[in-house]
Amino acid sequence: MRYVDEFRDPELGRVLATEILAAVEPGRHYKFMEVCGGHTHSIYKYGVDDLLPANVELVHGPGCPVCVIPMGRVDDGIALARRPEVIFTCFGDMMRVPGSEGSLLDAKAEGADIRMVYSPLDALRIAKSNPDREVVFFAIGFETTAPSTALTLKRARAEGVKNFSCMCSHVTIVPPLRALLDSPDLRLDGFVGPGHVSTVVGARPFEFIPADYGKPIVVAGFEPLDILQAIRMILAQLAEGRCEVENQYARVVPYEGNPRALEVMAEVFELRPHFEWRGLGFISQSGLKLAEAYADLDAELRFEVPGVRVADPKACQCGEVLKGVIKPWECKVFGTACTPERPIGTCMVSSEGACAAYYNFGRFAREREVV
Amino acid sequence: MCLAIPGQLLEIVDEENRLAKVDVAGVRRTINIGLLDEDGVGVGPGDWVLIHVGFAMSKVDEEEAIATRRQLERMGQDYEAELEELKASVIE
Ligand code: SF4
Repeated sequence: MRYVDEFRDPELGRVLATEILAAVEPGRHYKFMEVCGGHTHSIYKYGVDDLLPANVELVHGPGCPVCVIPMGRVDDGIALARRPEVIFTCFGDMMRVPGSEGSLLDAKAEGADIRMVYSPLDALRIAKSNPDREVVFFAIGFETTAPSTALTLKRARAEGVKNFSCMCSHVTIVPPLRALLDSPDLRLDGFVGPGHVSTVVGARPFEFIPADYGKPIVVAGFEPLDILQAIRMILAQLAEGRCEVENQYARVVPYEGNPRALEVMAEVFELRPHFEWRGLGFISQSGLKLAEAYADLDAELRFEVPGVRVADPKACQCGEVLKGVIKPWECKVFGTACTPERPIGTCMVSSEGACAAYYNFGRFAREREVV
Repeated sequence: MCLAIPGQLLEIVDEENRLAKVDVAGVRRTINIGLLDEDGVGVGPGDWVLIHVGFAMSKVDEEEAIATRRQLERMGQDYEAELEELKASVIE
Protein backbone atom coordinates (compact mmCIF):
# COMPACT_ATOMS: atom_id res chain seq x y z
CA MET A 1 0.00 0.00 0.00
CA ARG A 2 2.69 2.35 -0.99
CA TYR A 3 0.70 5.53 -1.64
CA VAL A 4 -2.34 5.01 0.52
CA ASP A 5 -1.15 7.65 2.98
CA GLU A 6 -1.52 10.25 0.24
CA PHE A 7 -5.23 9.52 -0.24
CA ARG A 8 -7.85 12.02 0.86
CA ASP A 9 -8.77 9.55 3.60
CA PRO A 10 -6.08 6.88 4.00
CA GLU A 11 -8.18 4.87 6.47
CA LEU A 12 -11.03 4.62 3.96
CA GLY A 13 -8.48 3.47 1.37
CA ARG A 14 -7.46 0.57 3.60
CA VAL A 15 -11.07 -0.31 4.37
CA LEU A 16 -11.98 -0.35 0.67
CA ALA A 17 -8.98 -2.53 -0.17
CA THR A 18 -10.07 -5.00 2.50
CA GLU A 19 -13.67 -4.96 1.29
CA ILE A 20 -12.56 -5.56 -2.29
CA LEU A 21 -10.48 -8.50 -1.18
CA ALA A 22 -13.52 -9.92 0.64
CA ALA A 23 -15.80 -9.38 -2.36
CA VAL A 24 -13.80 -11.31 -4.97
CA GLU A 25 -14.48 -14.98 -5.50
CA PRO A 26 -11.18 -16.82 -5.31
CA GLY A 27 -10.43 -18.59 -8.57
CA ARG A 28 -12.44 -16.13 -10.65
CA HIS A 29 -10.56 -13.65 -12.84
CA TYR A 30 -12.07 -10.17 -13.14
CA LYS A 31 -11.27 -7.84 -16.01
CA PHE A 32 -12.51 -4.26 -15.70
CA MET A 33 -11.89 -1.47 -18.16
CA GLU A 34 -11.29 2.07 -16.98
CA VAL A 35 -12.55 4.09 -19.89
CA CYS A 36 -10.90 7.40 -19.15
CA GLY A 37 -7.24 8.39 -19.49
CA GLY A 38 -7.56 10.42 -16.28
CA HIS A 39 -8.31 7.18 -14.43
CA THR A 40 -5.35 5.42 -16.05
CA HIS A 41 -3.13 8.23 -14.88
CA SER A 42 -4.37 8.06 -11.26
CA ILE A 43 -4.13 4.28 -11.19
CA TYR A 44 -0.42 4.34 -11.99
CA LYS A 45 0.40 7.48 -10.11
CA TYR A 46 -1.11 6.16 -6.89
CA GLY A 47 -0.47 2.48 -7.39
CA VAL A 48 -4.19 1.65 -7.18
CA ASP A 49 -3.25 -1.63 -8.88
CA ASP A 50 -1.16 -2.57 -5.88
CA LEU A 51 -4.23 -2.41 -3.65
CA LEU A 52 -6.18 -4.88 -5.76
CA PRO A 53 -6.14 -8.64 -5.41
CA ALA A 54 -4.11 -10.36 -8.15
CA ASN A 55 -7.23 -11.71 -9.85
CA VAL A 56 -8.65 -8.22 -10.47
CA GLU A 57 -7.16 -6.87 -13.68
CA LEU A 58 -7.61 -3.34 -15.00
CA VAL A 59 -7.41 -2.69 -18.72
CA HIS A 60 -7.09 0.78 -20.15
CA GLY A 61 -9.79 2.08 -22.43
CA PRO A 62 -9.93 4.52 -25.33
CA GLY A 63 -10.79 7.62 -23.30
CA CYS A 64 -7.69 9.70 -23.94
CA PRO A 65 -8.70 12.26 -26.57
CA VAL A 66 -5.18 12.76 -27.90
CA CYS A 67 -4.45 9.04 -28.19
CA VAL A 68 -7.34 8.34 -30.54
CA ILE A 69 -6.43 10.93 -33.22
CA PRO A 70 -5.27 9.05 -36.35
CA MET A 71 -2.11 9.97 -38.24
CA GLY A 72 -3.94 11.18 -41.31
CA ARG A 73 -5.76 13.75 -39.23
CA VAL A 74 -2.45 15.14 -37.93
CA ASP A 75 -1.15 15.28 -41.52
CA ASP A 76 -4.27 17.23 -42.55
CA GLY A 77 -3.68 19.66 -39.68
CA ILE A 78 -0.06 20.15 -40.70
CA ALA A 79 -1.10 20.77 -44.32
CA LEU A 80 -3.41 23.55 -43.12
CA ALA A 81 -0.78 24.94 -40.75
CA ARG A 82 1.73 25.24 -43.60
CA ARG A 83 -0.48 27.62 -45.59
CA PRO A 84 1.12 31.06 -45.38
CA GLU A 85 -2.13 32.87 -44.51
CA VAL A 86 -2.97 30.49 -41.65
CA ILE A 87 -2.30 30.74 -37.93
CA PHE A 88 -2.96 27.21 -36.69
CA THR A 89 -4.00 26.86 -33.04
CA CYS A 90 -4.30 23.72 -30.92
CA PHE A 91 -4.01 22.40 -27.38
CA GLY A 92 -0.47 21.77 -26.16
CA ASP A 93 -1.07 18.01 -25.94
CA MET A 94 -1.58 17.81 -29.72
CA MET A 95 1.82 19.29 -30.57
CA ARG A 96 3.87 16.10 -30.23
CA VAL A 97 1.37 13.66 -31.75
CA PRO A 98 3.19 12.05 -34.65
CA GLY A 99 1.86 12.41 -38.19
CA SER A 100 3.34 10.39 -41.03
CA GLU A 101 6.04 13.03 -41.58
CA GLY A 102 6.54 14.55 -38.18
CA SER A 103 4.40 16.37 -35.65
CA LEU A 104 2.93 19.85 -35.42
CA LEU A 105 5.94 20.71 -33.26
CA ASP A 106 8.25 19.73 -36.13
CA ALA A 107 6.16 21.77 -38.57
CA LYS A 108 6.42 24.74 -36.22
CA ALA A 109 10.19 24.38 -36.07
CA GLU A 110 10.18 24.43 -39.87
CA GLY A 111 8.42 27.79 -39.85
CA ALA A 112 4.66 27.10 -39.80
CA ASP A 113 2.76 29.55 -37.58
CA ILE A 114 1.38 27.14 -34.98
CA ARG A 115 0.33 28.41 -31.57
CA MET A 116 -0.58 26.48 -28.46
CA VAL A 117 -3.75 27.67 -26.75
CA TYR A 118 -5.31 26.87 -23.40
CA SER A 119 -8.86 27.48 -24.60
CA PRO A 120 -10.74 27.76 -27.91
CA LEU A 121 -11.59 31.28 -26.73
CA ASP A 122 -7.86 32.08 -26.86
CA ALA A 123 -7.89 30.98 -30.50
CA LEU A 124 -10.84 33.30 -31.17
CA ARG A 125 -9.00 36.19 -29.54
CA ILE A 126 -5.96 35.54 -31.76
CA ALA A 127 -8.30 35.71 -34.78
CA LYS A 128 -9.70 39.05 -33.65
CA SER A 129 -6.25 40.56 -33.15
CA ASN A 130 -4.95 39.26 -36.51
CA PRO A 131 -7.69 40.30 -38.94
CA ASP A 132 -5.40 39.87 -41.96
CA ARG A 133 -4.69 36.19 -41.20
CA GLU A 134 -6.86 33.06 -41.17
CA VAL A 135 -7.00 31.46 -37.72
CA VAL A 136 -7.84 27.74 -37.60
CA PHE A 137 -8.61 25.97 -34.32
CA PHE A 138 -7.86 22.23 -34.26
CA ALA A 139 -10.70 21.01 -32.03
CA ILE A 140 -10.17 17.67 -30.31
CA GLY A 141 -11.74 15.95 -27.35
CA PHE A 142 -14.79 14.04 -26.21
CA GLU A 143 -18.08 15.57 -25.04
CA THR A 144 -16.09 17.09 -22.17
CA THR A 145 -14.49 19.57 -24.57
CA ALA A 146 -16.94 19.78 -27.48
CA PRO A 147 -19.42 22.17 -25.74
CA SER A 148 -16.57 24.67 -25.21
CA THR A 149 -15.81 24.62 -28.95
CA ALA A 150 -19.54 24.98 -29.64
CA LEU A 151 -19.89 28.09 -27.46
CA THR A 152 -16.76 29.58 -29.04
CA LEU A 153 -18.19 29.06 -32.54
CA LYS A 154 -21.49 30.60 -31.46
CA ARG A 155 -19.61 33.65 -30.24
CA ALA A 156 -17.54 33.89 -33.44
CA ARG A 157 -20.81 33.83 -35.37
CA ALA A 158 -22.48 36.42 -33.12
CA GLU A 159 -19.50 38.79 -33.43
CA GLY A 160 -19.13 38.22 -37.16
CA VAL A 161 -15.49 37.11 -36.91
CA LYS A 162 -14.78 36.17 -40.53
CA ASN A 163 -11.20 34.90 -40.26
CA PHE A 164 -11.87 32.14 -37.69
CA SER A 165 -12.62 28.53 -38.51
CA CYS A 166 -12.52 25.13 -36.86
CA MET A 167 -11.05 21.81 -37.94
CA CYS A 168 -13.41 19.65 -35.95
CA SER A 169 -12.04 16.33 -34.68
CA HIS A 170 -14.34 15.96 -31.70
CA VAL A 171 -15.41 12.41 -30.89
CA THR A 172 -18.18 10.84 -28.85
CA ILE A 173 -17.76 8.29 -26.10
CA VAL A 174 -20.53 5.75 -26.68
CA PRO A 175 -19.65 4.36 -30.19
CA PRO A 176 -16.09 3.22 -29.32
CA LEU A 177 -17.43 1.50 -26.19
CA ARG A 178 -19.97 -0.33 -28.31
CA ALA A 179 -17.22 -1.25 -30.78
CA LEU A 180 -15.10 -2.63 -27.94
CA LEU A 181 -18.00 -4.61 -26.54
CA ASP A 182 -18.66 -6.05 -29.99
CA SER A 183 -15.01 -7.01 -30.44
CA PRO A 184 -14.34 -10.70 -29.91
CA ASP A 185 -10.81 -9.96 -28.60
CA LEU A 186 -12.04 -8.70 -25.34
CA ARG A 187 -13.87 -10.27 -22.48
CA LEU A 188 -14.69 -7.63 -19.91
CA ASP A 189 -16.60 -8.01 -16.64
CA GLY A 190 -17.42 -4.37 -16.09
CA PHE A 191 -16.51 -0.74 -16.63
CA VAL A 192 -15.23 2.12 -14.52
CA GLY A 193 -17.12 4.88 -16.36
CA PRO A 194 -15.56 8.21 -17.31
CA GLY A 195 -16.08 11.13 -14.92
CA HIS A 196 -15.62 14.35 -16.85
CA VAL A 197 -17.39 13.27 -20.02
CA SER A 198 -20.31 12.35 -17.81
CA THR A 199 -20.61 15.86 -16.36
CA VAL A 200 -21.81 16.71 -19.88
CA VAL A 201 -23.61 13.58 -21.11
CA GLY A 202 -24.70 12.29 -17.71
CA ALA A 203 -24.80 8.60 -16.78
CA ARG A 204 -27.89 7.76 -18.84
CA PRO A 205 -26.09 7.15 -22.20
CA PHE A 206 -24.28 4.19 -20.60
CA GLU A 207 -27.50 2.31 -19.91
CA PHE A 208 -26.94 0.26 -23.08
CA ILE A 209 -23.99 -1.47 -21.41
CA PRO A 210 -26.07 -3.36 -18.84
CA ALA A 211 -29.16 -3.46 -21.08
CA ASP A 212 -27.56 -4.79 -24.30
CA TYR A 213 -24.37 -6.43 -23.03
CA GLY A 214 -25.18 -7.44 -19.48
CA LYS A 215 -22.18 -5.69 -17.89
CA PRO A 216 -22.13 -3.31 -14.94
CA ILE A 217 -20.72 0.21 -15.23
CA VAL A 218 -19.96 2.64 -12.40
CA VAL A 219 -19.20 6.27 -13.32
CA ALA A 220 -16.28 7.33 -11.12
CA GLY A 221 -14.25 10.36 -10.04
CA PHE A 222 -10.49 10.67 -10.44
CA GLU A 223 -9.11 10.23 -6.99
CA PRO A 224 -7.69 6.83 -6.11
CA LEU A 225 -10.47 6.46 -3.52
CA ASP A 226 -13.09 7.07 -6.19
CA ILE A 227 -11.61 4.36 -8.38
CA LEU A 228 -11.39 1.87 -5.50
CA GLN A 229 -14.95 2.63 -4.52
CA ALA A 230 -16.14 2.13 -8.11
CA ILE A 231 -14.39 -1.24 -8.26
CA ARG A 232 -16.02 -2.25 -5.01
CA MET A 233 -19.42 -1.20 -6.41
CA ILE A 234 -18.88 -3.24 -9.60
CA LEU A 235 -17.87 -6.28 -7.51
CA ALA A 236 -20.98 -5.85 -5.36
CA GLN A 237 -23.18 -5.82 -8.47
CA LEU A 238 -21.51 -8.99 -9.74
CA ALA A 239 -21.80 -10.72 -6.37
CA GLU A 240 -25.48 -9.81 -6.01
CA GLY A 241 -26.30 -10.68 -9.63
CA ARG A 242 -27.22 -7.06 -10.38
CA CYS A 243 -26.21 -5.28 -13.53
CA GLU A 244 -26.83 -1.55 -13.84
CA VAL A 245 -25.42 1.94 -14.26
CA GLU A 246 -24.33 3.38 -10.95
CA ASN A 247 -22.90 6.82 -10.27
CA GLN A 248 -20.04 6.91 -7.76
CA TYR A 249 -19.27 10.53 -8.76
CA ALA A 250 -22.73 11.98 -8.03
CA ARG A 251 -21.08 14.88 -6.18
CA VAL A 252 -20.08 16.21 -9.61
CA VAL A 253 -22.00 14.21 -12.24
CA PRO A 254 -25.79 14.66 -12.53
CA TYR A 255 -27.47 11.53 -13.93
CA GLU A 256 -28.98 13.59 -16.76
CA GLY A 257 -25.79 15.50 -17.56
CA ASN A 258 -25.62 19.20 -18.39
CA PRO A 259 -28.66 20.23 -20.48
CA ARG A 260 -27.14 23.55 -21.61
CA ALA A 261 -23.95 21.84 -22.85
CA LEU A 262 -25.96 19.18 -24.69
CA GLU A 263 -28.14 21.85 -26.26
CA VAL A 264 -25.24 23.91 -27.68
CA MET A 265 -23.56 20.76 -28.99
CA ALA A 266 -26.75 19.73 -30.76
CA GLU A 267 -27.03 23.19 -32.29
CA VAL A 268 -23.46 23.50 -33.57
CA PHE A 269 -22.43 19.92 -34.44
CA GLU A 270 -23.79 16.95 -36.28
CA LEU A 271 -22.57 13.36 -36.39
CA ARG A 272 -20.21 12.31 -39.17
CA PRO A 273 -21.31 9.09 -40.88
CA HIS A 274 -17.99 7.59 -39.76
CA PHE A 275 -14.72 8.73 -38.24
CA GLU A 276 -11.33 7.06 -38.10
CA TRP A 277 -9.90 6.22 -34.67
CA ARG A 278 -6.27 5.55 -34.07
CA GLY A 279 -5.84 1.79 -33.88
CA LEU A 280 -9.59 1.12 -33.82
CA GLY A 281 -10.30 1.94 -37.47
CA PHE A 282 -13.50 3.55 -38.73
CA ILE A 283 -16.38 3.67 -36.27
CA SER A 284 -19.72 4.85 -37.56
CA GLN A 285 -21.36 7.93 -36.05
CA SER A 286 -18.49 8.44 -33.64
CA GLY A 287 -17.16 11.84 -34.71
CA LEU A 288 -18.61 15.33 -34.90
CA LYS A 289 -18.48 17.92 -37.64
CA LEU A 290 -19.98 21.37 -37.88
CA ALA A 291 -23.69 21.41 -38.64
CA GLU A 292 -25.04 22.87 -41.89
CA ALA A 293 -25.79 26.22 -40.20
CA TYR A 294 -22.14 26.60 -39.17
CA ALA A 295 -20.61 25.27 -42.39
CA ASP A 296 -19.00 28.65 -43.14
CA LEU A 297 -16.84 28.20 -40.00
CA ASP A 298 -15.70 24.72 -41.05
CA ALA A 299 -11.97 24.81 -41.92
CA GLU A 300 -12.32 21.61 -43.93
CA LEU A 301 -14.77 23.38 -46.26
CA ARG A 302 -13.01 26.73 -46.27
CA PHE A 303 -9.65 25.28 -47.31
CA GLU A 304 -8.48 22.44 -49.44
CA VAL A 305 -7.79 19.69 -46.87
CA PRO A 306 -6.01 16.65 -48.30
CA GLY A 307 -8.10 14.17 -46.28
CA VAL A 308 -5.11 11.91 -45.79
CA ARG A 309 -5.51 8.31 -44.69
CA VAL A 310 -2.33 6.78 -43.34
CA ALA A 311 -2.04 3.30 -41.94
CA ASP A 312 -0.61 3.17 -38.42
CA PRO A 313 3.12 2.40 -38.44
CA LYS A 314 3.90 -1.31 -38.39
CA ALA A 315 5.75 -1.23 -35.10
CA CYS A 316 2.90 0.53 -33.35
CA GLN A 317 0.48 -1.49 -31.28
CA CYS A 318 -1.60 1.40 -29.98
CA GLY A 319 -4.75 -0.25 -31.31
CA GLU A 320 -4.23 -3.29 -29.13
CA VAL A 321 -3.40 -1.07 -26.17
CA LEU A 322 -6.51 1.06 -26.76
CA LYS A 323 -8.59 -2.11 -26.91
CA GLY A 324 -6.96 -3.39 -23.76
CA VAL A 325 -5.74 -6.52 -25.58
CA ILE A 326 -2.12 -5.99 -24.58
CA LYS A 327 -0.50 -4.06 -21.76
CA PRO A 328 1.58 -1.07 -22.87
CA TRP A 329 4.86 -2.73 -21.95
CA GLU A 330 4.00 -5.68 -24.15
CA CYS A 331 4.36 -3.47 -27.24
CA LYS A 332 7.66 -4.27 -28.93
CA VAL A 333 8.84 -0.67 -29.11
CA PHE A 334 7.69 0.39 -25.62
CA GLY A 335 10.39 2.33 -23.80
CA THR A 336 12.96 1.68 -26.52
CA ALA A 337 12.02 3.21 -29.88
CA CYS A 338 8.86 4.73 -28.36
CA THR A 339 9.23 7.10 -25.40
CA PRO A 340 7.38 10.24 -24.28
CA GLU A 341 10.20 12.35 -25.77
CA ARG A 342 10.08 10.57 -29.14
CA PRO A 343 6.70 8.87 -29.40
CA ILE A 344 5.89 6.48 -32.24
CA GLY A 345 2.33 5.98 -31.13
CA THR A 346 -0.16 8.40 -29.63
CA CYS A 347 -0.58 6.53 -26.32
CA MET A 348 2.91 7.71 -25.42
CA VAL A 349 2.18 11.39 -26.03
CA SER A 350 -0.27 12.68 -23.48
CA SER A 351 0.34 11.90 -19.84
CA GLU A 352 -3.20 10.46 -19.87
CA GLY A 353 -2.15 7.90 -22.48
CA ALA A 354 -1.78 4.36 -21.19
CA CYS A 355 1.79 3.97 -22.45
CA ALA A 356 2.98 7.27 -21.01
CA ALA A 357 1.30 6.50 -17.67
CA TYR A 358 3.03 3.12 -17.56
CA TYR A 359 6.32 4.62 -18.65
CA ASN A 360 6.20 7.29 -15.94
CA PHE A 361 4.77 5.40 -13.00
CA GLY A 362 4.06 1.83 -13.95
CA ARG A 363 7.27 0.07 -13.12
CA PHE A 364 6.02 -1.44 -9.84
CA ALA A 365 2.77 -2.54 -11.40
CA ARG A 366 4.71 -4.20 -14.17
CA GLU A 367 6.90 -6.13 -11.79
CA ARG A 368 3.82 -7.32 -9.99
CA GLU A 369 2.30 -8.62 -13.19
CA VAL A 370 5.46 -10.30 -14.35
CA VAL A 371 5.85 -12.39 -11.22
CA MET B 1 -5.97 19.52 -21.47
CA CYS B 2 -7.64 16.55 -19.87
CA LEU B 3 -7.64 18.02 -16.40
CA ALA B 4 -10.52 19.88 -14.82
CA ILE B 5 -9.15 22.25 -12.22
CA PRO B 6 -11.07 23.91 -9.40
CA GLY B 7 -11.33 27.67 -9.15
CA GLN B 8 -13.37 30.20 -7.21
CA LEU B 9 -15.47 32.81 -8.98
CA LEU B 10 -14.53 36.38 -8.09
CA GLU B 11 -16.76 38.51 -10.29
CA ILE B 12 -18.71 38.50 -13.52
CA VAL B 13 -16.73 40.66 -15.94
CA ASP B 14 -18.87 40.43 -19.08
CA GLU B 15 -22.58 39.67 -18.63
CA GLU B 16 -23.31 39.33 -22.32
CA ASN B 17 -20.46 36.96 -23.17
CA ARG B 18 -20.80 35.12 -19.85
CA LEU B 19 -17.23 35.79 -18.75
CA ALA B 20 -16.11 35.73 -15.12
CA LYS B 21 -12.85 36.24 -13.29
CA VAL B 22 -11.72 33.21 -11.27
CA ASP B 23 -8.96 32.48 -8.82
CA VAL B 24 -7.18 29.17 -9.41
CA ALA B 25 -4.55 28.59 -6.71
CA GLY B 26 -3.66 32.30 -6.78
CA VAL B 27 -3.74 32.59 -10.57
CA ARG B 28 -6.46 35.02 -11.67
CA ARG B 29 -7.84 34.62 -15.14
CA THR B 30 -11.05 35.06 -17.09
CA ILE B 31 -13.16 32.04 -18.02
CA ASN B 32 -16.57 31.42 -19.58
CA ILE B 33 -19.44 30.32 -17.33
CA GLY B 34 -22.10 30.01 -20.05
CA LEU B 35 -22.34 26.21 -19.82
CA LEU B 36 -23.73 26.49 -16.29
CA ASP B 37 -26.43 29.01 -17.21
CA GLU B 38 -29.39 26.69 -17.37
CA ASP B 39 -28.21 24.40 -14.66
CA GLY B 40 -31.11 25.47 -12.49
CA VAL B 41 -28.61 26.82 -9.99
CA GLY B 42 -26.41 29.18 -11.99
CA VAL B 43 -23.16 30.47 -10.55
CA GLY B 44 -22.05 33.73 -8.97
CA PRO B 45 -19.15 35.26 -7.02
CA GLY B 46 -17.90 33.00 -4.24
CA ASP B 47 -18.94 29.78 -5.99
CA TRP B 48 -16.43 27.04 -6.80
CA VAL B 49 -16.35 25.49 -10.25
CA LEU B 50 -14.34 22.86 -12.14
CA ILE B 51 -12.66 24.48 -15.15
CA HIS B 52 -11.75 22.73 -18.40
CA VAL B 53 -10.19 24.54 -21.41
CA GLY B 54 -11.37 27.91 -20.12
CA PHE B 55 -14.97 26.94 -19.41
CA ALA B 56 -16.67 26.19 -16.10
CA MET B 57 -17.92 22.59 -16.40
CA SER B 58 -19.65 22.05 -13.10
CA LYS B 59 -20.31 23.69 -9.80
CA VAL B 60 -18.81 21.97 -6.75
CA ASP B 61 -18.84 22.72 -3.04
CA GLU B 62 -15.82 24.23 -1.34
CA GLU B 63 -14.79 21.02 0.39
CA GLU B 64 -14.79 19.10 -2.89
CA ALA B 65 -12.89 21.91 -4.63
CA ILE B 66 -10.17 22.00 -1.99
CA ALA B 67 -9.81 18.23 -1.85
CA THR B 68 -9.59 18.08 -5.64
CA ARG B 69 -6.93 20.77 -5.64
CA ARG B 70 -4.90 18.92 -3.05
CA GLN B 71 -5.07 15.78 -5.16
CA LEU B 72 -4.03 17.69 -8.28
CA GLU B 73 -1.10 19.29 -6.48
CA ARG B 74 0.18 15.82 -5.73
CA MET B 75 0.16 15.09 -9.46
CA GLY B 76 3.02 17.57 -9.69
CA GLN B 77 4.21 18.21 -13.21
CA ASP B 78 0.90 17.80 -15.04
CA TYR B 79 -0.96 20.16 -12.74
CA GLU B 80 1.85 22.70 -12.97
CA ALA B 81 1.81 22.45 -16.76
CA GLU B 82 -1.95 23.03 -16.72
CA LEU B 83 -1.49 26.12 -14.50
CA GLU B 84 1.21 27.43 -16.85
CA GLU B 85 -1.20 27.06 -19.78
CA LEU B 86 -3.90 28.83 -17.80
CA LYS B 87 -1.46 31.66 -17.03
CA ALA B 88 -0.79 32.09 -20.74
CA SER B 89 -4.52 32.35 -21.43
CA VAL B 90 -6.07 35.77 -22.14
CA ILE B 91 -9.78 35.31 -22.64
CA GLU B 92 -11.63 38.54 -23.28
S1 SF4 C 1 4.66 1.84 -26.91
FE1 SF4 C 1 4.33 3.43 -28.43
S2 SF4 C 1 3.83 2.36 -30.32
FE2 SF4 C 1 3.65 0.86 -28.66
S3 SF4 C 1 1.48 0.94 -28.14
FE3 SF4 C 1 2.51 2.39 -26.79
S4 SF4 C 1 2.40 4.38 -27.85
FE4 SF4 C 1 1.86 2.77 -29.34
